[in-house]
Amino acid sequence: MNAAWAVFQRELLIAARRPAEWMQPLVFYGLIALLFPLGLDPQNASLRLFAPAIVWVGALLAALLAVERMFRGDLDDGTLEQFLLAEVSAPLIVFAKLTAHWLLIAAPLVVAAPVIGYMLGLDALSLRVLTLSLLLGTPTLMFTGGFAAALTVGAPRAGILLPILVLPLMCPAVIFGAGAVRAAQNGLPYDAPLYFLAALLVLAITLLPWAAAGALRNALE
Amino acid sequence: MALRAENLAVIRGDRTLIEGLNFDVGAGEILHLQGRNGVGKTSLLETLCGLRVPAAGYVAGQPDAAARHWLGHKNALNPMLTPIENLRFWCALHEVAAVDVDAALMRVGLKTQRHKPCGHLSTGQRRRAALARLVAAPRPWWFLDEPLAGLDISGLELFGSLLDVHLANGGAAVVTSHQPLPANISARALTLRGRGTAAAPMETA
Repeated sequence: MNAAWAVFQRELLIAARRPAEWMQPLVFYGLIALLFPLGLDPQNASLRLFAPAIVWVGALLAALLAVERMFRGDLDDGTLEQFLLAEVSAPLIVFAKLTAHWLLIAAPLVVAAPVIGYMLGLDALSLRVLTLSLLLGTPTLMFTGGFAAALTVGAPRAGILLPILVLPLMCPAVIFGAGAVRAAQNGLPYDAPLYFLAALLVLAITLLPWAAAGALRNALE
Repeated sequence: MALRAENLAVIRGDRTLIEGLNFDVGAGEILHLQGRNGVGKTSLLETLCGLRVPAAGYVAGQPDAAARHWLGHKNALNPMLTPIENLRFWCALHEVAAVDVDAALMRVGLKTQRHKPCGHLSTGQRRRAALARLVAAPRPWWFLDEPLAGLDISGLELFGSLLDVHLANGGAAVVTSHQPLPANISARALTLRGRGTAAAPMETA
């Protein structure tokens, strides 16, 4: 357990040394949300219709931007070998690392979402559902992204492979996440999609660390 | 305490590097793996350490995680963190009880450099920072891949004395190195000659 905590702390420390790197997804997210109304007519009522999709797709793209490098540094400098040779189980280390990355990359997106949603004209209830759906959905995005990053870390030019691998896996989170907000907007019950998101979350955080750890072991061979 | 390879085969990708290899290493011994580039020294070392699964045969008496040191040709130092932070993290990761990180780094000759990010250190200094792990946590088995790469004369002496102490305490080491090991160390040499290593006699230096 101490080892996992150490991995978690180390990620935060490295991020603190390189603030530009973990700020990048948030800035990117803000840009998407700002540019979309400019492309459309800002007074257009349909902006509100698109708002759930804009916020969710923005979060997905921002997360995707950040996950590719997740294990690259550790592979390049040899820390990955030490991870896999430590007594502590590798899935636990992966879990700690992914949780730290969620906190660094996705949590700011969740915090920014109500602001962006408000800007796009969502009402109070929709904003609440939006934030809740992102809170439930972004860990799923980060964990699937982390799994794909672990799969592709050994490949020399994985740039295009990763999004192709990961998009189908991330689709359900976007469908249910944006779906919940749309339901709230239309005055329909929105708890079912949120439960689906919660189920995906449980599935992702229990299964994917094992799969990612296996992929990392494979990357070294 | 002995590590024994029996009829060991090592495959990398779809290439068979080593076949039918037999040897053993016991306490107080150093096995010096030699051979030309690409012959499979690193892959063999990874197999002995447990990073790689043998394609055939087996390794008996493989030390468990808390009894071995692995020092690959990569130093496992994050360039953004200082040697102190890197060593502290390594100790926490391997659940080594609080050790005197500063003393270990001083022992390997990093004085002021231990507060600088590893990315700013020279190759030799980074190697020393990695060697500090051997000082910080005494463990009976060392698996070292090219430990001398980048070290200067005093670095070689330092490595020699670390190895000396290690052997005196009944430790064992498997080392790959193109350079000769420091003169005060008597190592057994195992020269890999590519496929059909089985036939190669064990040379004792």
